[in-house]
Amino acid sequence: MAQLEVNDIHTAYGLSQVLFGVSLKVEAGQIISMIGRNGVGKTTTMRSIIGLTPPRQGSVTFEGQDVTGWPAHKIARLGIGFVPEERRIFPELSVWENLDIARRPAAAGSEEWNEERVFSLFPDLRDIQQRAGGVLSGGQQQMLTIARCLMGNPRLILLDEPSEGLAPKVVEDLREQVKMLKETGISILMAEQNLSFVLYLSDQCHIMEKGEIKYSGTPADLRANQEILDQYLTL
Amino acid sequence: MTSPMSKPAMLGCLLVLIALAVIPLLGDKHAMDVTVEIMILALFALSLNVLIGYSGNVSFGHAAYFAIGGYTNAILLTSYDLPILVSMPVSVLFAMVAAMFVAWFCTRLTDIYFAMLTLAFAMLVWAVLFKWRGMTNGDDGFVGITIPAFLDGRIPLYYFTLIVVAASIALLWLICHSAFGKVLVAVRENRTRAGFVGVDTRRMRWTAFVVAGTFAGIAGSLFALFKSGMYVENAFWTQSAQVLIMTLLGGMYSFFGPAIGAAVLHMLEITTNRYTEYWPTVLGGILLVILLFLPDGLVGLAQKVKNKFSGSGGAR
Repeated sequence: MAQLEVNDIHTAYGLSQVLFGVSLKVEAGQIISMIGRNGVGKTTTMRSIIGLTPPRQGSVTFEGQDVTGWPAHKIARLGIGFVPEERRIFPELSVWENLDIARRPAAAGSEEWNEERVFSLFPDLRDIQQRAGGVLSGGQQQMLTIARCLMGNPRLILLDEPSEGLAPKVVEDLREQVKMLKETGISILMAEQNLSFVLYLSDQCHIMEKGEIKYSGTPADLRANQEILDQYLTL
Repeated sequence: MTSPMSKPAMLGCLLVLIALAVIPLLGDKHAMDVTVEIMILALFALSLNVLIGYSGNVSFGHAAYFAIGGYTNAILLTSYDLPILVSMPVSVLFAMVAAMFVAWFCTRLTDIYFAMLTLAFAMLVWAVLFKWRGMTNGDDGFVGITIPAFLDGRIPLYYFTLIVVAASIALLWLICHSAFGKVLVAVRENRTRAGFVGVDTRRMRWTAFVVAGTFAGIAGSLFALFKSGMYVENAFWTQSAQVLIMTLLGGMYSFFGPAIGAAVLHMLEITTNRYTEYWPTVLGGILLVILLFLPDGLVGLAQKVKNKFSGSGGAR
């Protein structure tokens, strides 16, 4: 049984249906990516998993537990972290308070994420602990969002467009940091449009279009299949 | 972790406390009465701000808990002859339990639906006070409260109010600046975001509601002693509106703002009543000015002026 199993979910915002039967699995310790143009349903898939927009049909199972329809805070406490796009931090709270609010104990047997460990992954945050979240740079906010997510000691992270809007050098750092996260044993489900970022990190990629997964394969499969890339990803 | 109070703020609090402690020595009865009422209203407005400023939920029915605290204290002291050491804690407990009950329903909803439901419950409380003549004396008001001997007189009552209000405000300050207060701010800023980092937002809003209701109950029970009477108007929606305006006038994004709003609004009311009976008209005008020109209230205005002169863009 996979750690996360998304089973044929259909999700809609009011009358407009966005997902038409998305199914995917994340095994423990893997990085799985969803790629595709804007508006194909990557974010909605994540919102369906974390409970912000519960699916109308289908199910989401995390570590054997059916979490379909649960409120977001219960799913978060179960061990799924969410790093939304556009780096949604709390601007009025300081960096330290942003971290503190998400603090949850680690599951038995795993090494706990606390300030020290988070700062060793993102050294830049250590020096700006007292600064208000609202005045940070884009890169710092992205680090803070991931760091905040880690403080909840998740076993699976949903990472939505992490490289969006960041400078190339920052993206490079981030890539290594995400890789280090994977090495600690955390699984990651990522939505991303930056192809090289995805191909470098992922174990498996799903290409989405119009609310469905159209193609699934390893990075090697994708690299070898220029036709697919042209069809679904070129603007 | 509780964030410490800044030095100027601490100095300001100390000065206000000393000034309040000195007022009775001046021997001006009118000044003492006005000050007692302002202290009570300040506590009332600060309690509402836990809900509005910190958790971001606007209540149109906050007077209900003020009235429950006041009426319970009045009835226990007078009809049941209980000592104040029993009546006051019990009246606060009643306000708290009422808030727990109402909050359970209201926090299922958000925004305007939340606000309307708080109003509905408050009108229910008003209707009970109005119709239960045997207990509350209905619209004649519950007058002639038995005031305990040690509080009989302006000066003891003044200092009693000062001590209870100061202690309550200190406690509120600690609550709002604790981790709990910070999480409330996060919930106010974005419920969804707070939800997916694992905060049970409904529970947080419920707790904020209960804290607000409890401290409103303290203010109400003091009010009953001060007026030695309670009136159904104290539970009416206009009273809820007035405390809401105090909070907005002072500034809901600052801890002490609502207390300043309470003082200013009450002084304005007294002054206006000297010249005309159309206080509600003036109140309407004040509300318009706040909404159009002072979105962050008087404290926000002071901050803006200060930033203009010091030339810095501002944190509040």
